[in-house]
Amino acid sequence: MKLLTAIIKPHKLDDVKSALESFGIQGLTISEASGYGRQRGHTEVYRGAEYTVDLVPKVRVEVLVDDVDVDDVVEVVVKSAQTGRIGDGKVWTQPVEDVVRVRTGEHGPDAL
Amino acid sequence: MESALNSGDTAWILTSASFVLLMTPGLALFYGGMVRAKSVLNMMMMSFGAAALIGVLWVFWGYSMAFGNDIGGGLLGDPFEFFGLSGLMGEDTAAAYPTMAFVGFQAVFAIITVALISGAIADRAKFGAWMVFAGVWATVVYFPVAHWVFAFSNDDAGVVGGWIANNLAAIDYAGGTAVHINAGAAGLALAIVLGKRRGFGRDPMRPHNLPLVMLGAGLLWFGWFGFNAGSALSAGNSASIVWVNTLVATSAAILGWLLTERFRDGHATSLGGASGAVAGLVAITPSCGAVNPVGAILIGVIAGVLCALAVGLKYKFGYDDSLDVVGVHLVGGVWGTIAVGFFATAVAPNGVDGLFFGGGVDQLWRQAVGALAVLAYSFVLTLLIGLVIQKTMGFRLDEEDEVTGVDQVEHAESGYDWGTLGGGSGIGTTPRPTSGGAHSTGNSSEVKA
Repeated sequence: MKLLTAIIKPHKLDDVKSALESFGIQGLTISEASGYGRQRGHTEVYRGAEYTVDLVPKVRVEVLVDDVDVDDVVEVVVKSAQTGRIGDGKVWTQPVEDVVRVRTGEHGPDAL
Repeated sequence: MESALNSGDTAWILTSASFVLLMTPGLALFYGGMVRAKSVLNMMMMSFGAAALIGVLWVFWGYSMAFGNDIGGGLLGDPFEFFGLSGLMGEDTAAAYPTMAFVGFQAVFAIITVALISGAIADRAKFGAWMVFAGVWATVVYFPVAHWVFAFSNDDAGVVGGWIANNLAAIDYAGGTAVHINAGAAGLALAIVLGKRRGFGRDPMRPHNLPLVMLGAGLLWFGWFGFNAGSALSAGNSASIVWVNTLVATSAAILGWLLTERFRDGHATSLGGASGAVAGLVAITPSCGAVNPVGAILIGVIAGVLCALAVGLKYKFGYDDSLDVVGVHLVGGVWGTIAVGFFATAVAPNGVDGLFFGGGVDQLWRQAVGALAVLAYSFVLTLLIGLVIQKTMGFRLDEEDEVTGVDQVEHAESGYDWGTLGGGSGIGTTPRPTSGGAHSTGNSSEVKA
């Protein structure tokens, strides 16, 4: 199993969610995040004084996926989150040793 | 003898006084939204503290120092004549309104003037030191200056008033000098005494809640109709003209500020809109009874542009006037006071002809002298009061407390309950009661109405 983490633009969340749903992903976790990549931040002006705001609001999507689906799911996320402009975010995966469904105690891929 | 009391006038003065009182909580919102979240309560408490202390002082010696009979040179009213408001309870059958209505109306002016200063020292002042300052400043600076500007002589009654109103005959309808130049110059002096906040000019110190700022500006605008139109002290033609002038100068100033921002920075901002409104209100305060509505619009739009440019000066000169008391109230107040010399017209209820109406420079120099006198007096005295407080009890928070936040250190509170994990069940950051019994409502989910 793998944990897929995607940092995306907040306004693409709905697209990513519905794309994952159509693919058959049953659950995901979302959190509000802030950060920056090459995009850096933006400037705001208060009474003429400019401030650079380094951290940009982002959404972090986390999905647990079976090994066989990983490549497809990554592609689904990348496609649905893409705008082609700077600041679209990143997607990465990492191995997960075990998953347990709290309600039933099932282990491994059965718990997904 | 039949009473001359006019219930319409009396009702308008009492209503106006209530309007003006609302300006102080309005100012608390305006200032409170502009500071960072860790200082919002202290910022608002400086206004509420002024309302508390100055209201009391006004009864004991404030009113008497401002409106008691002059003790010499038009500089000060007799502090003992009306000490404790003695002798003012009886009905004066010759006056259109009771003296107590005027006492109340002027009390709320004193309160807002002191509260205005607090914007210069956001985030970093000890609350106790602020309260001591407020009382001393009102006594040494505001009460005398209010006498200079607002106390008119009455020869029939043998009453001698202040020098700016009577000898100099500068026109200051509702307090461009006594309120705004006064508070602005004091703000500059205090900002210098307390020094810059840590990270000033380097760290972002963004307003934490602009909707509060907009709400505060709206309440100030509303209250200002009492401030200016109430200063007519009668419900008639003067008050009506002043009301319209106050409306349109403010509208024009918002436009002036927003256009300046649009062309200089690329965006018209909400903070600029709120600030422009206040700048226009400040500028029309001295002139609202002496100009026509077109003059009011010109004064307003120039005030908007001028103040929008002036708020950048603090970065150039390196003083941390945190919320721009200088850029808005001092600059706007000086402009509005001087503008009387240009835009005043004898057609207006309280006007003489200014430079643009063929009156020459006679009124202009009177205005300039009045503005300069109040500016210099307030700046020097405030510097002295501030330095004495700083050297004795200490005015400024120490470094660690300033970083922690003045709300927590000075008031043991925080403005907002961030992130109540588990629905406020007390996990994580939600405060838990430290003792049982009466204090067990410390958990927000248990607070009962």
